[in-house]
Amino acid sequence: MSDIRKELKYLSSHEWARVEEDGTVTIGITDHAQDALGDVVYVETPEVGSRVAVGEEAGVVESVKAASDIYTLVSGEVIAVNEALQDAPETVNSSPYDDGWFFRVKPDDLSELDEALDAEDYRDLLESEE
Amino acid sequence: MGNKTALYATHQAMGGKLVDFGGWDMPLHYGSQIEEHHKVRQHAGMFDVSHMTVVDVTGKDAKAYLQYLLANDVAKLDSVFGKALYSGMLNPEGGVIDDLIVYNLGDWYRVVVNCSTREKDLAWMNKIAANYTVTLTERAELAMIAVQGPQAIAITKSLVGSDKAGIIDQLKIFQGLPAGDWFIGRTGYTGEDGLEIMLPNEQAAGLWNALANAGVAPSGLGARDTLRLEAGMNLYGHEMNESVSPLVANMGWTIAWQPAERDFIGRAALEKQKAEGQLHKLVGLVLRERGVLRAEQIVSVEGSDEKGVITSGTFSPSLGYSIALARVPVAIGSHCQVEMRGKQIIVDVVAPNFVRNGKALI
Repeated sequence: MSDIRKELKYLSSHEWARVEEDGTVTIGITDHAQDALGDVVYVETPEVGSRVAVGEEAGVVESVKAASDIYTLVSGEVIAVNEALQDAPETVNSSPYDDGWFFRVKPDDLSELDEALDAEDYRDLLESEE
Repeated sequence: MGNKTALYATHQAMGGKLVDFGGWDMPLHYGSQIEEHHKVRQHAGMFDVSHMTVVDVTGKDAKAYLQYLLANDVAKLDSVFGKALYSGMLNPEGGVIDDLIVYNLGDWYRVVVNCSTREKDLAWMNKIAANYTVTLTERAELAMIAVQGPQAIAITKSLVGSDKAGIIDQLKIFQGLPAGDWFIGRTGYTGEDGLEIMLPNEQAAGLWNALANAGVAPSGLGARDTLRLEAGMNLYGHEMNESVSPLVANMGWTIAWQPAERDFIGRAALEKQKAEGQLHKLVGLVLRERGVLRAEQIVSVEGSDEKGVITSGTFSPSLGYSIALARVPVAIGSHCQVEMRGKQIIVDVVAPNFVRNGKALI
């Protein structure tokens, strides 16, 4: 069974969001997503200073096997991206919730996260997909 | 649930991620397909290829039957016992029913065909066999393990006893010989030296575990695909199928036109195609920037309204960028455009052969 973190919010497209202490939101892909993709070889993150919006493509992750769009859980300005993934995309496989984060957003409206799945909902979703 | 090879429980125990492949539950990888790929290029890896179909052809017409059934000519094998031949098995229209390897074993032959095409292959082979005095015997009791990489032969020899090691020493590239109740071929699908060992199902786990303990990396279908693609080897259903001629699948070298009096299934159709000239050919594509070329992406060529298509594409672990095989209009030059995720990307065109024996060819 894949790792699901209790404190995170999730999308059915297998991204996670973590609210940081300063109120910004970090986005990545889940353990289930990295396992399904297999070895990640490229990550395309949005540019710092650009805007991302819920429901719109914010980036791309490509594995040997497949390409997958990345979506954000909150709209807002991108204030940081994980540059380390350019040289070490395999970090997404080894540490999807920590070192393998994708980008960080200054959210317009944190309540958008209320629409996302919590850990229990996400676990139910994965079980129903099996 | 799919068919299971004799190594199914072993794959599970070793953490293999099992997926359906042509009706068989096979390992995709055991953690990282890229690491497995590198092990094969740099050291040694092994693949369970027991799902492939082994058919022995015996009887007094065995040679004449295969000379009619196959586009390549088994007469080329006459002088060397155990020698292997790669060939297409064509339909009368010149399309490829399957690609296969055939070994000459004196008065009989061993044929290895793909698993995903097993039923139609056997039906076709039996249909043609009706006009010959031959017996076709499927050898489902044999497992097959491919041990591949620069250290594959040395490690295998150290584990199998002196009799079998002696036979391995005799093997030329693309030759296979019986070794007791095993059959050992110096063949493979990775572009590296190595062996493909057929052995009774009940012995398969013993050999697999011994190889693993000697440092041979269990490797899955994921690495098998990136290795064969780097080596420019075709995969049935991708580079060719029943509506694709071997002439447009870089398989012209496998068609034995001489002797002219040898008729084989598909010959007339191929001669007509050859006379008319080909509209398409198979090339290699290289994308040195970020992004991965994928099967079914559309290829545009300057000077031709006709489109081409990527037949197989992947990230090349050995090269560190993406490579592909593509069926394209013959007018193609040194560059072409590939539609990737809504954008036209310019890529380089190369011969369809990227990495052999651990070395980049491009």
